[in-house]
Amino acid sequence: MHSIPGRRLIMALFLIFLLLPIYWLVNMSFKTNAEIVSTMTLWPHAPTLQHYKRIFTDESWYSGYINSLEYVVLNTIISISVALPAAYAFSRYRFLGDKHLFFWLLSNRMAPAAVYALPFFNLYSAIGLFDTPWAVALAHCIFNVPLAVWILEGFVSGVPREIDETAFLDGYSFPRFFIKILVPLIASGIGVAAFFCFMFSWVELLLARTLTSVQAKPIAAIMTRTVSAAGMDWGLLAAAGVLTIIPGALVIWFVRNYIASGFALGRV
Amino acid sequence: MDKTVNQKAWFLVLPVFLVVAFSAVLPLMTVVNYSMQDTFGNNQFFWNGVGWFKELLDPSTDLGGRFLASLGRNLFFSLVILAIEVPLGIVVALSMPRQGWTVAACLVILALPLLIPWNVVGTIWQIFGRPDIGLLGYVLNAIGIDYNYVSNDIDAWVTVIVMDVWHWTSLVALLCYAGLKSIPEAYYQAAQIDGASRWAVFKAIQLPKMNRVLLIAVLLRFMDSFMIYTEPFVVTGGGPGNSTTFVSIELVKIALGQFDLGKAAALSLVYNLIILIVCWIFYTVMTNAGAERKPQEGAA
Repeated sequence: MHSIPGRRLIMALFLIFLLLPIYWLVNMSFKTNAEIVSTMTLWPHAPTLQHYKRIFTDESWYSGYINSLEYVVLNTIISISVALPAAYAFSRYRFLGDKHLFFWLLSNRMAPAAVYALPFFNLYSAIGLFDTPWAVALAHCIFNVPLAVWILEGFVSGVPREIDETAFLDGYSFPRFFIKILVPLIASGIGVAAFFCFMFSWVELLLARTLTSVQAKPIAAIMTRTVSAAGMDWGLLAAAGVLTIIPGALVIWFVRNYIASGFALGRV
Repeated sequence: MDKTVNQKAWFLVLPVFLVVAFSAVLPLMTVVNYSMQDTFGNNQFFWNGVGWFKELLDPSTDLGGRFLASLGRNLFFSLVILAIEVPLGIVVALSMPRQGWTVAACLVILALPLLIPWNVVGTIWQIFGRPDIGLLGYVLNAIGIDYNYVSNDIDAWVTVIVMDVWHWTSLVALLCYAGLKSIPEAYYQAAQIDGASRWAVFKAIQLPKMNRVLLIAVLLRFMDSFMIYTEPFVVTGGGPGNSTTFVSIELVKIALGQFDLGKAAALSLVYNLIILIVCWIFYTVMTNAGAERKPQEGAA
């Protein structure tokens, strides 16, 4: 791949631009509130772990992380398991209304969450799922399932059709073919799709906040508590923010070799 | 590769259909229902026909004025961030290292902002831009620029735009990078033999190859920026005044703030319709691009 002159400088500047605000957050999370408010220091002069300690010892804080992870994982499992057969169908067969159905799915990925906030609140209250991780996991399906179908369809189409035919000639039943042959072949695609489901469910807040009140409150909503009568608890807010970045960073590390093709949704 | 016609494929699609229908069609029916009614509380509803829609599209009413103003702001915002993020994303993709461990490192750092929860993105920039405790605000004020995103409209806009560039340029860059990676080395060798300039290589080889991913990038960015809610809400709360109130923020204000269900539902439907139309154009262009590509591949 051929690059442009001065590319190292451009890349370095851009990465600094990306990292500087994050560094500032990390920096603040290790400072005492007195240091944050009173002086401008480029690194913590009196480093402290008090904010992290508070988050890890106060149940109302750390339960937020557990709640968030709970609905994110639930959502990823639901999305991938329903999207896999559909991706296969869209990739291999033509059937009544397939194109319309695909467009309809896609259009849901694009629907603004704000439109659905209130109706979801009513719907999940009515069926008794309000304030459970299931409500958020199901609500997030509206944008994650279409995305998963879209990505997986690209990967399934990359598997030669002869493999299906050979498997069926060898006497594989459809479910057995699916689990024993197709799923291992598109394992990286499943990884990429799971990564995207994780990502979009993890970063979404509006629906997650609307659909929970006490029991299943996500960490992102708990963070708003740092505003108190005594003013903002900046250090605590920063520490909570840093901890929300870590799961994402870990997940990126695992899929780093597939990120680029994944973002192109298997359609380069 | 031709697909075979098989109506039984519907059974494979059924789970997706049920899950999405449950989350999409049922709530949408509620919205349609609300949009035709007025409520005075206590769950008493009155038929209002298309009244809300008329009000919504008439700039002289309060609702219409607010809707059209936020729509205008949102369109302007989307165009500005596209104008910045697309060229910048291409430049960053072209600047990617060629091989070695730096590739993985750059990819991971590039993807990092995409995986930060949106309200934390807002929090990061809220802190970073503050003149008293944030590096950016402090430095800008120290070198003599009077910068305060809480009280100044233009500063608030600049903050929201820079934040979006920070948050999403990586997406464009990663997409373009994926497009560039798919170009066979032979193309470049041919260009070298022909003595093509750097610019000619970009125009004749790289840009056409990035066409498809750029299209995905532009449309994803357009639609996501058109629905933006959390980040500006956390940073500016839609202010100062209403200067950074985008459509989603306005909608949530009406729906969950004032509990004006009828108005909010009508706004939702019009908003959704706009996005649906853009999405349809996107889909048509994408499928046509795919159809155009196939014969070429066959010829080659």
